[in-house]
Amino acid sequence: MSGTRPPGGTAARAGYDGVAVCAPMTVPYRRYSIRSAHWFCGQALAGLLARAGIGKDEVDGFCISSFTLEPDSAVGLMQHLGVSPRWLDHVPMGGASGAVALRRAARAVQAGDAEIVACIGADTNHVDSFRRTIATFSQFANDAVYPYGSGGPNASFAFLTDHYMHSHGAVREDFGRLCIAQRRNAAALPHAMLKRPLTMEAYLTARLIADPLRLFDCVMPCAGAEAFLVMSTERAQALGLPHAAILSTMERHNAFPDDPIQVRGGWAREIDSFYDMAGLGPGDMDLVQAYDDYPVICFMQLEDLGFCARGEAPGLVRERDLTTAGDFPFNTCGGQLSAGQAGAAGGFLGLVETLRQLTDEVLGAAVEGARHGLVSCFGMITYDRGLCSSAAILGRSGA
Amino acid sequence: MTGPAGPPRRKDPTRRTRLPVTPPGNRSREAHGLAAMAAAGRFALQCCRRCGHVHYPPRQLCERCLDGELEWRDVADGGRVLAQTTVRHANDLYFRERLPWKLGLVGSDAGPSIVAHLAEGCERGHRVRLALHLDRAGNAVVAASPERDASRDDPRLREMVFDPRGRRVLVVDGTTGLGRHLVEAFLASGAREVFAGFSRPWNRSPDLAALRGRDRVSVYPLDVTDTDAVEKLAALIGDKVEILINNSSHVRMGGALDRLDFNITRQEMEIHYHGLLRLAGYFGPVMRARGADGPYGAVAWVNLFSAWSLVNNPELGTYSASQAAALSLSHCMRAELAAGGVRVVNVFTGPLDDEWHQLVPPPKLDPATVAIRVVRGLERGLEDIAVGAVAEEITHRLAENPKEIERSIRL
Repeated sequence: MSGTRPPGGTAARAGYDGVAVCAPMTVPYRRYSIRSAHWFCGQALAGLLARAGIGKDEVDGFCISSFTLEPDSAVGLMQHLGVSPRWLDHVPMGGASGAVALRRAARAVQAGDAEIVACIGADTNHVDSFRRTIATFSQFANDAVYPYGSGGPNASFAFLTDHYMHSHGAVREDFGRLCIAQRRNAAALPHAMLKRPLTMEAYLTARLIADPLRLFDCVMPCAGAEAFLVMSTERAQALGLPHAAILSTMERHNAFPDDPIQVRGGWAREIDSFYDMAGLGPGDMDLVQAYDDYPVICFMQLEDLGFCARGEAPGLVRERDLTTAGDFPFNTCGGQLSAGQAGAAGGFLGLVETLRQLTDEVLGAAVEGARHGLVSCFGMITYDRGLCSSAAILGRSGA
Repeated sequence: MTGPAGPPRRKDPTRRTRLPVTPPGNRSREAHGLAAMAAAGRFALQCCRRCGHVHYPPRQLCERCLDGELEWRDVADGGRVLAQTTVRHANDLYFRERLPWKLGLVGSDAGPSIVAHLAEGCERGHRVRLALHLDRAGNAVVAASPERDASRDDPRLREMVFDPRGRRVLVVDGTTGLGRHLVEAFLASGAREVFAGFSRPWNRSPDLAALRGRDRVSVYPLDVTDTDAVEKLAALIGDKVEILINNSSHVRMGGALDRLDFNITRQEMEIHYHGLLRLAGYFGPVMRARGADGPYGAVAWVNLFSAWSLVNNPELGTYSASQAAALSLSHCMRAELAAGGVRVVNVFTGPLDDEWHQLVPPPKLDPATVAIRVVRGLERGLEDIAVGAVAEEITHRLAENPKEIERSIRL
């Protein structure tokens, strides 16, 4: 740790020794629901308790992410769930919530502030709730984005995609390869919103949404929940729960405010300390989950996290096989592009899927012999760029 | 709304009439600062008083030095399109009706990157000119136009200005000096038709005869103090008026203490306040309902006020007071007409060089100048138009210190 690091580089960080992450839990997605976000959180908690074989009172910490609890926050939810935690966190970071919840919960457990923390990302989707969410997403969006065509995130990511394509000579087929591979990964996932195989022709000729984005570049909003438990390794062993170790984490917000348009995220600032902490590099990862509300963001994460150089993600998806049986297993449950975007649960999807792969609890197709998984999360376009970046490396217990 | 609107055509009554809805109007308090700049045709953004950093979107503190005082300053209006898209799916009813809609992320010369409406001809990599406009909800938005050869026909930009071209205009009093020049200026701007009212049928002026002979002009009796007359005319042409110019005026010298003749003050209120109220009551609802009626639907209600509506000039004391009453009413109308996407434009003038301002010292305004400035302001989409040195000085002094001007204003 000698020498100079860029600002934000860390001095030696304590590891997550003795902390286990376990009990991957998914409340199956549905396109629309008349249930509330509270209901989805409750279903997730019930599932976690059943999986771990513990009572409600044994969970003494909660970390909650949801857009649709309004007017409640995590606080009001505690009364709905009838729990009395001694540690409570609300992570309003949308797509970046999963890895952020993980690293906060892990420190709480490590420090003894909580023994078992339930991390839950959940949202409902009423018929009109997505429109309401994007119409009032942030002050900057209300003032300076939504009144411009009201395209919501489609328009914002269309800018980033347009800029990426013209900066690096990427073509639609490059994004198509990623979407098609993810759809193949989703085929075995029972509750995926989109399971029918995607052909390149169907991808290229789908309905235009916001040029250059077409229908299959965009996630389908839905309702659902993703959740996991964080506890000490001893406790996980005592409960007989398969678990994974946390080898590294990071978060960074509003990372490059002077870039005129987003070409990178917080990962690019944290990459060295992130891999140093794990003692691993990109080549050691057996599977990668990246936040995928739009394929261009996957490209950005692959580049920022060192899987290829800037602008070379099109080459990566051309040369590697992104399916669960391939040489670069990527978004192994199909990602949000196929499974659906259950609001803030989308920020947990990659983490829960990585945990499933490393604890042999997959719902879809398994990556044989996976030992290390990287999950990258991204969220919150409050104006022209996504502000929140986070990531984690999980290891098969004993790996 | 993919191409230019084409020439205005007679409406097919069996076709669907597009109902007025307005674009998303939820704005923060800070963002309404942009509306003040747009209303006056300025391209101004918030700048830090301490470090000068330029901000967008609007906010309350400097992102560089955290200073809590940002001020609106005119900034460079150039920029370059960093990325573009054409929105083809929108959840909002206003845009849904007008798709596809072209947008850009523009790197402004002033500093910030700005999401902007893109006019035709603006493409990625192009240099563009940025302007603040008021959208159909009356809120400020940024639009980018080509650096040169911007077209008046651009369908997206036409949504944000009050262009008379192709529209039918009612000039409430077409026989005054200013009225005649307004008629001519609207014709020159490409108005489809001008309806000219005349308030004094007993006045067989040669001007009236001249108006009758003009192509695209029709003349109607219109005394704004006569409820029946206003109602009758609204029944006749109310569903054709797309821009209404209320230029009725009754100028008499005198303040409050030497004015026991209530006839004059009653007449001032009848013409300025109740006259506007009658016009609002009979023409307003139809215009509001026609705010989205094709590319040439109703778009603007223009009131001509004296700048002394903003601060009382005691030498025209009761006149100023009746103008202030009408100005207040216009703000009510602005809120009510906004539901139909029809904007209220207030023009503030200094004294005109006409028969009623003979005792007023110069500078006095040539009515032809006022008419041109009104039409140019509508073409640019301005909401508040101060015409001439007197009006401009009054607005500046009011902004700086209202107590100072209140004490020192005299002819």
